[in-house]
Amino acid sequence: MSAQAQAVRLPRLLSGTPDQGQMSLREHLVIHGEIPAGRGRRHKRGVAAGLIESIERAGLCGRGGAAFPTAVKMRAVAKERRRGIVIANGAEGEPASLKDGLLLEALPHLVLDGGSLAAAAVGASELVVCVPRSASAARQSLTQALRERERERYDSVAVRLELLPDRYLAGQESALVSHLNGGPGVPTLTPPMPFERGVQRRPTLINNVETLAHIALIARHGSEWFRELGTPGQPGSALLTLAGAIEYPGVYEIEHGAPLGDLIEAAGGPTGEIKALLLGGYSGTWLPGLLAYTLSLSAEHLAPYGAVLGPGIVLALSEDACGVAETARVARWLSEETAGQCGPCVHGLNAIATAIEELQAGTAASGTEQRIARWASMAQRRGACAHPDGAVRFVSSALNVFAEELAEHARHGPCDACERPSELPLPAPTRLAAAVSR
Amino acid sequence: MSTQLRVNPITCEAHGLCAELLPEMITLDDWGYPIVDGNPVAPELVEHAQRAAAACPTLALLVQRRQPQR
Repeated sequence: MSAQAQAVRLPRLLSGTPDQGQMSLREHLVIHGEIPAGRGRRHKRGVAAGLIESIERAGLCGRGGAAFPTAVKMRAVAKERRRGIVIANGAEGEPASLKDGLLLEALPHLVLDGGSLAAAAVGASELVVCVPRSASAARQSLTQALRERERERYDSVAVRLELLPDRYLAGQESALVSHLNGGPGVPTLTPPMPFERGVQRRPTLINNVETLAHIALIARHGSEWFRELGTPGQPGSALLTLAGAIEYPGVYEIEHGAPLGDLIEAAGGPTGEIKALLLGGYSGTWLPGLLAYTLSLSAEHLAPYGAVLGPGIVLALSEDACGVAETARVARWLSEETAGQCGPCVHGLNAIATAIEELQAGTAASGTEQRIARWASMAQRRGACAHPDGAVRFVSSALNVFAEELAEHARHGPCDACERPSELPLPAPTRLAAAVSR
Repeated sequence: MSTQLRVNPITCEAHGLCAELLPEMITLDDWGYPIVDGNPVAPELVEHAQRAAAACPTLALLVQRRQPQR
């Protein structure tokens, strides 16, 4: 597709994004049009049911990180006898991610439309929008948006707002369910999956807020329109947070399959040499910086590199940063953000983080790198959730990409760049009351 | 019908009894938590597996019967 043709087709979600504040319901309807199923109590059930089929044909996959086919989840909730609940997941636990917050703060009606439509489509009676406790701008925007919608009797289901703890794992599906059920808000053993038995033991559809925003547009324009952008395997556009050593970092809407180099150039180019790229956030994969102008942004293109977009994060680490120090800090952070429940994750991530710190300090015993690999394999796939798997992917790919630097540190101890402030964002870790005994 | 072993990693507290009672299928990791080999439990081991599950102080070892995949 030519650049010009693409220019008129994007943005989709970000159309008319206000520089400040939020888009009103009126502006939203001017830009995107009315929802075809009709407002409030005049909502036509038949149109709603057709939506799942439309989403299936569109090939929409979840945008929270796991890229699970959205229609499959929706059908699973729809077929249960009990009336379901829909959760708009705005937890956005990945520290570098900004896209969900942007949607909620600036374009709340897209998310609420999508959530409301999804709820009607699966026969749910309620939509619960979840945001982190600290996200005050998103809260304000949603409160305002819900007031506008109530005034117009716009939604056909009840909508309420819920606050989540500020934790990396707060948005993990079973943790979210646990929190909404008044529990500790940590992952639980599955099955039962939330879509079988979730909030109030009802079938629960949990969708990332960007996924819901796409649903709002698929309902209006259809599946063929959705597939006009993207690749056959990964249709549509996506919100992506471009972070790090870039002139204008921020949230961009891209077409799946777009060259990363084009995105970087559209964002004003790199601020200097790029040492390495982190794709998919802290459960993602490090790749060498020289791939910045080679990679394309789709699952198919990234698969051979062992990478995924996850929740849509690309972070460029500058040449001045120390890859070892950055990795050591995030590895420690990930180990502190475990739910404290599963032994192999709690002990494994701690052992790995400690070993990397020792390598950085030049105090590690010989064979430490082999031990890290051993612990990585012992932590992987042995938690109730995927946290250890993501942390292992982050660490293992870092050991590959920063192999030379790591060997230098192991021999000579910290480098000058070790003292530089962290380029990777690191929120203060939150300790949980629960802990593994022993 | 096949029989599978699974550990609930949340309730497991690394007592390690399972690895003593069913060494054919369970080894311990560096911190004493069981690593279960992913294969179906052989018929002659089913009784031992059930004994190991019953012996777990936190009932974290699960013996699950599964319909074969269609």
